Amino acid sequence: MLTDASNTPFALEFKSASFSVPVLVLTTDDMDVIEQKLQEKVRKAPEFFKHSPLILDLQEANNQGCLIDLFELVGIIRKVGLFPIGIRGGNAQQNKQALELQLPTHSISSRDAPPLDEKKQDSASQEPEVNTDVSSNIAAAATTLITYPIRSGQRIYAKGDLVVLTQVSAGAEIIAEGNIHVYNSLRGRALAGVQGDVEARIFCFDLQAELISIAGNYKISEDLGDSVKGKAVQIYLQDQALIIKDIELHH
Amino acid sequence: MARIIVVTSGKGGVGKTTTSAAIAMGLAKRGHKTAVIDFDVGLRNLDLIMGCERRVVYDFVNVINEEATLNQALIRDKNCNLLYILPASQTRDKDALSQEGVGRVLDELKKDFKYIVCDSPAGIEKGAHLAMYFADDAFVVTNPEVSSVRDSDRMLGLLASKSRRAEQNEEPINEFLLLTRYSPDRVKLGEMLSVDDVQDILSLHLLGVIPESKSVLNASNSGTPVILDEKSDAGQAYADIVARYLGEDRPHRFIEDKKGFFRKLFGG
Repeated sequence: MLTDASNTPFALEFKSASFSVPVLVLTTDDMDVIEQKLQEKVRKAPEFFKHSPLILDLQEANNQGCLIDLFELVGIIRKVGLFPIGIRGGNAQQNKQALELQLPTHSISSRDAPPLDEKKQDSASQEPEVNTDVSSNIAAAATTLITYPIRSGQRIYAKGDLVVLTQVSAGAEIIAEGNIHVYNSLRGRALAGVQGDVEARIFCFDLQAELISIAGNYKISEDLGDSVKGKAVQIYLQDQALIIKDIELHH
Repeated sequence: MARIIVVTSGKGGVGKTTTSAAIAMGLAKRGHKTAVIDFDVGLRNLDLIMGCERRVVYDFVNVINEEATLNQALIRDKNCNLLYILPASQTRDKDALSQEGVGRVLDELKKDFKYIVCDSPAGIEKGAHLAMYFADDAFVVTNPEVSSVRDSDRMLGLLASKSRRAEQNEEPINEFLLLTRYSPDRVKLGEMLSVDDVQDILSLHLLGVIPESKSVLNASNSGTPVILDEKSDAGQAYADIVARYLGEDRPHRFIEDKKGFFRKLFGG
């Protein structure tokens, strides 16, 4: 059977995707109250909650000094018919319990709290060369404007939209949670909507990119047809497929 | 005010040391007191190109470690008394260099010299980093082929983000492109990138083009910077570059095929 598996080149593939998952924020450690409230909620919208995945947010409770026992809590939640798929904001003890329950521990997401930045920089520090480039370029503003050439090996991360007036060299990487605009040659990699925004688009004056990606759906240079290379284009996502379309420039 | 020039490229073998020697000699010949430092600790070469290898007593690392004074280590050039060479240590490695030590040596040199040329080692690691860190101007030496161009692009990124000027939010380093080993014949055959191709990728101010030339190898072998060979095309090209750097307006040469005229004449 092993040979079968190795003869099947595309047996599996890892992809990046984003999902909306309800987060249960707890503010008490009274398990009876939690169970009662949960049952009330589920009774009001049974279809919505049926087999729903759930992330348990323990930060608020921990801040208030409530001591939630995760074993007990998970028991109650499963009894109500919900599927806990992870916790966040837990203390050391709760994280340990989560591990024993085979529940992943998530960090607090970007939209509600700042710590994600720290996490990003941590993950970037695995590549020391890139690390300072990234951290110095993380922008707080909604739109990041770049006016200097982005050279091979440099990385720009924008939390919102990214507007680049200069060239993006081969071997450079520009990443945005929103849209990307390049009013020059795009020769490096451009990744828009990296936090899962499928509405994000890439616009560029001269498409020569090594890779383009929107919300995890990507195309490499080899897959870009000659009809769009070197053109002014916009790139967007339609039914999970990247569409590359000429932009008509009127002079 | 003294200016620190780094001669850098990322890629090895493109002509950094040849360029450092020629530029330093050119600046000194034009009356500016100039020092040239070999940052390639462990792979010392500049002394050979400058023909002073038999006069090395102390080196850059000795000065950094305060085992010798700067004056003890600096070697006066035999052709020009305004030019001094600070050789690298051959028995140590790049870890012998420290940012603080390099900064101290450069500060001391700045008191006495008009131009300080830093000959960077290849790569983007410690030696190359320290060679460019304190620079005011950068001469990016590039060969007309894709891997050299990409490495230069990478180095330009580091100049813009990892230098002292970048870290302290000062005016950025002035970056200049030097295209070396250029052969118009081979460009015509499509074997080499053209000046325009390279300019298109790097979008950088072109300071000059050095033609592929036998005179460069001859100069290295004899230990005299090629700029002193005033009859050679490469020597003249470096003289042009020094003049342009000092603000003179000189038309670019050696970009066109020099046989073009005869070809036209004979319809070849």
